[in-house]
Amino acid sequence: MEKLKYALYTGCTARESTPELLQSTMAIAEKLGIELVLLDEASCCGASHLQDFDDMLSLVLNARNLCYAEKLGLTMVTICNTCQLNTSMTKDRLDNDPELKAKVNEKLAEVGLEYKGTSEVKHFLYALQDDFGYDNIAKAVTKPITDINVASFYGCHNIRPGHLQHKSNGGESSYKPVSLDNLVVALGGNAIDYESKNKCCGFHVELQNPSTANQLSGIAMTDAIDNDADMMVTPCPLCHLRMDVQQHNIAKEVGRDVTMPVLHLPQLVGLALGIAPNDLGLQHNVSKQSYL
Amino acid sequence: MRNKQTKKLTIKAFRFNKEQDYNAYYDTFEMEVSQDELVLDVMNRIKWEHDGSFSYRRSCRHGICGSCAIKVNGKATLACKDNVFELVELFGEELTFDPQDERKAFKDMVIDKSEFWKKYDSVQPYLVADIEEHPSLENIVSAQDAEKLDEADYCIQCGACYYSCPAVAVNPKFTGPAALVKAWRFNADVRDNAAEERLETLQDLGSGIWDCVKCFECAEACPKELDPIGKITKLHTQTFEKGLARNNVAVKHAVGFKWSIQKHGILDEGELVRYSEGNIGVMKHIPEAIAMFKKGKIVMPWNMPKSKNLDEIKKLVEITSTAKF
Repeated sequence: MEKLKYALYTGCTARESTPELLQSTMAIAEKLGIELVLLDEASCCGASHLQDFDDMLSLVLNARNLCYAEKLGLTMVTICNTCQLNTSMTKDRLDNDPELKAKVNEKLAEVGLEYKGTSEVKHFLYALQDDFGYDNIAKAVTKPITDINVASFYGCHNIRPGHLQHKSNGGESSYKPVSLDNLVVALGGNAIDYESKNKCCGFHVELQNPSTANQLSGIAMTDAIDNDADMMVTPCPLCHLRMDVQQHNIAKEVGRDVTMPVLHLPQLVGLALGIAPNDLGLQHNVSKQSYL
Repeated sequence: MRNKQTKKLTIKAFRFNKEQDYNAYYDTFEMEVSQDELVLDVMNRIKWEHDGSFSYRRSCRHGICGSCAIKVNGKATLACKDNVFELVELFGEELTFDPQDERKAFKDMVIDKSEFWKKYDSVQPYLVADIEEHPSLENIVSAQDAEKLDEADYCIQCGACYYSCPAVAVNPKFTGPAALVKAWRFNADVRDNAAEERLETLQDLGSGIWDCVKCFECAEACPKELDPIGKITKLHTQTFEKGLARNNVAVKHAVGFKWSIQKHGILDEGELVRYSEGNIGVMKHIPEAIAMFKKGKIVMPWNMPKSKNLDEIKKLVEITSTAKF
C-alpha cells in the first residue's frame, strides 16, 4: 500500500483540554505508517458558535485553514467532529457558490491566500475506514481487546447533516451508523448495540443549559450501561469532554451512577496495536480506567 | 409490465388507547410488501386487512398536509413519502412503527400535538403588516426578496423536526425547530413588521434560540429538506444585526470565539468560559477545572499556544468581521 499522507487539522481541544487525543492520534499514525503533517497555521473553526455571531468571519477563517492543506496538496483530516462539520460545511458552501467564494477570496487575498477547493476534508475515523482499511488495522492488532464490550458513541457532527457528511464518511447512515462499531470489531472487541449511539451529548449548550446537556449525556451513558457496555469510545473530543469529564454532574442530573471509562477513538486503536497506555495519554483521562 | 419485487416483512406497531390501556404494547403483523409501497400503504393495509381499530392520521397522500408523520425504527418518517423498501435496506426486514412521541400518544400513531401548536402560536406565525384591504395594485414581493425566506414557507407542520429534537425531549420549554422555522419565515418577509418582537420573545434562555443543541436531527428529519437548524442560525445572526442580543452566557459564548481567535488563532478554552460566564459565574466550574488540572488538561495562560502566522488571522478578523455586540 502506498504510504498515506494527510494534513492534520488538530482543532483546539487536542492542543488544550484533550492533549491525549493529539498524542494518541500521532502514536497510532506512526504505528500504522500514516504520515500526518500538522497544520500549525490553522485557527479555531468557530466550534459551530462563531457563525451565530458572524457567519462571514466563520467562512473566511475556515477557508483559510483549508488553504494551508491545499498548499501542501494534501487531504485534510480532522480529529474533532465539530471541526469536521465547520470545515466541510464551509467547503461545501464555497464550492457551490462562486459568488460567495469570490467574496471570501477577496478577504483572503489581503493576506496572500486563495481558497481553491482542491483539498478534501475528512475525519480521521473515515480515513482509517476508507483509505487505510479495517482489514489492514486488524492485521496490525497485537493485543486484541477481547471480551470488552464497547459502546460506540458517534457524535452528531460526523453523521449529520447526511447530505453533507456523505461526501466524506462513505455514505454512513445517520440513523444506523456502523463505522465505529466495525472498527471495534476489527480491534477484536464486542461492539454493543444501543439506541443512543447516534444521539447528541449536549455539549453545545453546556454553559447556558447544563441540565439539558447533562440529561442528554446521561440518557446515552445509561443506555450504554444498560446494554452491558464496559466502556465507551468516541471520535469527538467534545463528546469526550462531556462523557469523560462530566460524569459526576451527569450522575447528579439523572440520579444514577454513570462511572465508565470513556476513550478517544485513537486511544482504543492504540491499545489494540500494543502501544503503552502512557504513550496514548491515558493518564489524562478523567474517568476511571479500571479495565486496563 | 416489469416484475414486481416483494418482501416478507414483520411490522411491529405501537398500540395504545388512552381511554382503555394502562400500558402501551406492540402488535406484530407479517406482510408481503412490494417495492412500490409506501409506509402509508402499509398502515392502510394493517387497518384494512388486519385490524380495523389501528389508528393513524392521514389526509392528502401527497406530502403536503403533514398529517401522517410517524417514526419507523426511530427515524422520522412522512408515511406518504417514504418507501418501505428503502427503510428495509436501512433497518432490515423487521420494522417498528411508533408515534412521533410515545409520551403524547392518544391512540396508536395519533398523538396530542397541542404543545407543538402552542409553541407554533407563540412566534406570531402570521404576517404582521399594515396592508391596504383594497389595494389598487398587487403587493408584489420580488423574487430576490422571496429568496430570503430560504424556503421556510414550504414547511408542512408535520412535526418531524420537533419530535426528533433532543433538546425538546428533555426540556419541554424549548420552542423547538418547527416554530423557529416559522419565525424565520416571517422575520425574513420584507412586508412584515414584527421581526424585533419575535426575536425578543426568543431570547429567553431555556425556551428560545439559544437552547438549540446543534445536533442537526431536525435537518435530517425534515421531509421537505428545509434545514431547520439553518433557519435557527439565521435567527441568531439577525438577533445581532438588530442589536437585540442580551448580555447573557449564551450570547457571550458566541461572541467570545471572535475575541479568542483574534488573540491566539486557536481558542483559549479557559478564557472563553470565564468571558461567557463572568467572574462570578465561572466559579461553578471550579470542581471540573480542578479535576481537569490534576490530569494535565488545563493550559495555563502563560503557556497558551498560538496559531502560526497569527498576524494573518488578526488581519482577517479585522477586515471581515462586521457583527456587533
